[in-house]
Amino acid sequence: MTSTPAPSPQGPLVGLFVTCLVDLFRPSVAFAAIKLIEAGGARVEVPRAQTCCGQPAYNSGDRQDTIAIARQVVETFERFDYVVAPSGSCAGMLRVHYPRLLAEDPNFAERASALAAKSFELTSFLVGVLGLTKVDAAYEENVTYHDSCSSLRELHVREAPRRLLASVEGLSLVELGESEVCCGFGGAFSVKYPDISTAILDAKVRDIIGTGASTVLAGDLGCLMHIAGRLVRERADVEVRHVAEVLAGMTEDPAIAAPRQKR
Amino acid sequence: MGNGRQDFKTDAAHALADTALQKALQNVKRGFVVKREAARAKLPEFDTLREDARAIKDHTLSHLDLYLETYERKVAESGGSVHYAPTAADARAIILKLCQEAGAKLVTKGKSMVSEEIGLNAHLQAAKIEVVETDLGEYIVQLRGERPSHIIAPGIHLNKETIEADFRRAHHRLPRERRLDQAQYLVAEARKVLREKFLAADVGITGANLLIAETGSSVIVTNEGNGDLTSTLPRTHIVIASIEKIVPTLEDACTILRLLARSATGQEITTYTTFATGPRRDRDPDGPSAYHVVLLDNGRSEMLGNEFADMLRCIRCGACLNHCPVYGAIGGHAYGSVYPGPMGAVLTPQLQGIDRARDLPNASSFCGRCEAVCPMDIPLPDMMRTWRERDFARGNPPFSERLFLKMWAYAAKRPLVYHALANAIVLFMARRAGARGRLSRLPLAKAWTGTRDLPAPQGRTFHSLYTRARRRGRV
Repeated sequence: MTSTPAPSPQGPLVGLFVTCLVDLFRPSVAFAAIKLIEAGGARVEVPRAQTCCGQPAYNSGDRQDTIAIARQVVETFERFDYVVAPSGSCAGMLRVHYPRLLAEDPNFAERASALAAKSFELTSFLVGVLGLTKVDAAYEENVTYHDSCSSLRELHVREAPRRLLASVEGLSLVELGESEVCCGFGGAFSVKYPDISTAILDAKVRDIIGTGASTVLAGDLGCLMHIAGRLVRERADVEVRHVAEVLAGMTEDPAIAAPRQKR
Repeated sequence: MGNGRQDFKTDAAHALADTALQKALQNVKRGFVVKREAARAKLPEFDTLREDARAIKDHTLSHLDLYLETYERKVAESGGSVHYAPTAADARAIILKLCQEAGAKLVTKGKSMVSEEIGLNAHLQAAKIEVVETDLGEYIVQLRGERPSHIIAPGIHLNKETIEADFRRAHHRLPRERRLDQAQYLVAEARKVLREKFLAADVGITGANLLIAETGSSVIVTNEGNGDLTSTLPRTHIVIASIEKIVPTLEDACTILRLLARSATGQEITTYTTFATGPRRDRDPDGPSAYHVVLLDNGRSEMLGNEFADMLRCIRCGACLNHCPVYGAIGGHAYGSVYPGPMGAVLTPQLQGIDRARDLPNASSFCGRCEAVCPMDIPLPDMMRTWRERDFARGNPPFSERLFLKMWAYAAKRPLVYHALANAIVLFMARRAGARGRLSRLPLAKAWTGTRDLPAPQGRTFHSLYTRARRRGRV
């Protein structure tokens, strides 16, 4: 076992679990997460030995590869005081599913449980662990918030993002009519059953447009890319952003699926 | 009954394009989801009840042999008899024999999903016995030659106009000018036809929501009273139920009943809750002279010992269907099985084999709402995932899918390889998207881009940007 770094005046050491989608599609979310965690008084490190939490294999029934990836994540992240992911579904994987996946592995069972206990979704970590109650950001828009299914039902995160958003200057939150309903992404489900996935998505998109909000936010890039992909295809005038970007005041990058500005 | 992979996708596509069906499915949300939430909110001890109910079922299932024996003894003491049916075929044969012994020409039926599971109606009809479903929804579905599209609302996929047309086709004596354009007229018409059947029936067959070991009673909950007429008017009453319906005591039954109606329709209690115990006694004013219970196994004892044991707690309330976004999009028939929705996605592979039913547990976004609303706390998504694992282990997913997954996993287990590949892919996509910020077409990604654009990557992977920023001392 690696030793835990001694508590320092700079606060606890957080290992950032970037998530594969943020790494590939939207690095600005991870930079925003780092800024927010540091604003909450913790130090952040990003281990380079990370790739993905293993959900694509896990939800496709490939248990063997999932377990191999889970072990790798445990080994990479167990030295940190906390592990934080800007995603409910990846955090849920570490927090809820790894202990079950590795329960029979004498070398990893306890380590997986220890990792689970210190792994968090970003907004719930900021509010629940670091005690952050407000952020230093402004966003002059009506926004609506999409709860990802994993955040809501696996991690029971509902209040944390709303509490922080309430402190963003100029921002007003309009709730969705059906905030408990899935957007139809579901990882590989969205490409294995595209018709069904899109039908579910269309109901979500109608709900979003119905709020009249100019921006839709969420804490999971999977849902966001799914929602944005349909909104732009339908030429709807709603911006899509990860909640961390707004909370960190880092909204200068074009929104998800929006054209790049010419400089 | 074909349920191969193409069938499910084709049927789902047809369901999505069926505007009448889509309109009817909106009723699920209005009728069930909203009412259930109101009922739950009005009952502060709902979550405690849920824990109690789970404990009752877990206890019963771990002593199932004991409770089945007690139940059988109690049924015998009250003058009835219990028949064990290991398979669907056994159950069909037993019931046909009982009907023939009773000299049955006409059988009325209360709503029973287990009778659908064993294909009872066709079997009796083949032996020249007329079978009439008496639950209104079931009756309509039977007229149409369909199977129920929902386990508690069999005709939820239909609208008034369709039903009027069905009645005009099936009820020959109906004058043209007779109004049938409102629900109340349709109900009155069905009632008139069904009353004659109730009175003429030789055998009544019902299902059971619960079986009580302590008293040897079977319990059915209905809102139409058809179950009572089916079980009390004919000379013979046959109950067909699966073995996991048993609970130890009357009190246990009441705990579960408090959850059942609220979870199903949002009612505190259904209009009728009927306890049937044995045949008519000497001083009883009415009731059947013979009472039989056919207990169906059909794979349940196997489930007791495997990863799907939790599924045996299911009380068939339908809450998982009502809250499932996939069910809400395609309705029940597209599943191609007796049991649709999340509970069907777990149960059907057990009944039909995963090779035939592989789409059912795969067609889920794992949103988890089914588990959240399940009054018996059944981990439905976890069990669907277990089916996916069996499906994957049997090599059932298409070759391209397995190949992609194996290539991805190879890289995901090797961070250096992974980061190099990630960089290349991101550069390719970002370049292709240009200033547009999104990709409307991409090789190998048609399943996504057919209906959605793919948001373009910002330009570089986070890890490459982060490494560069650190080198420059910016992070």
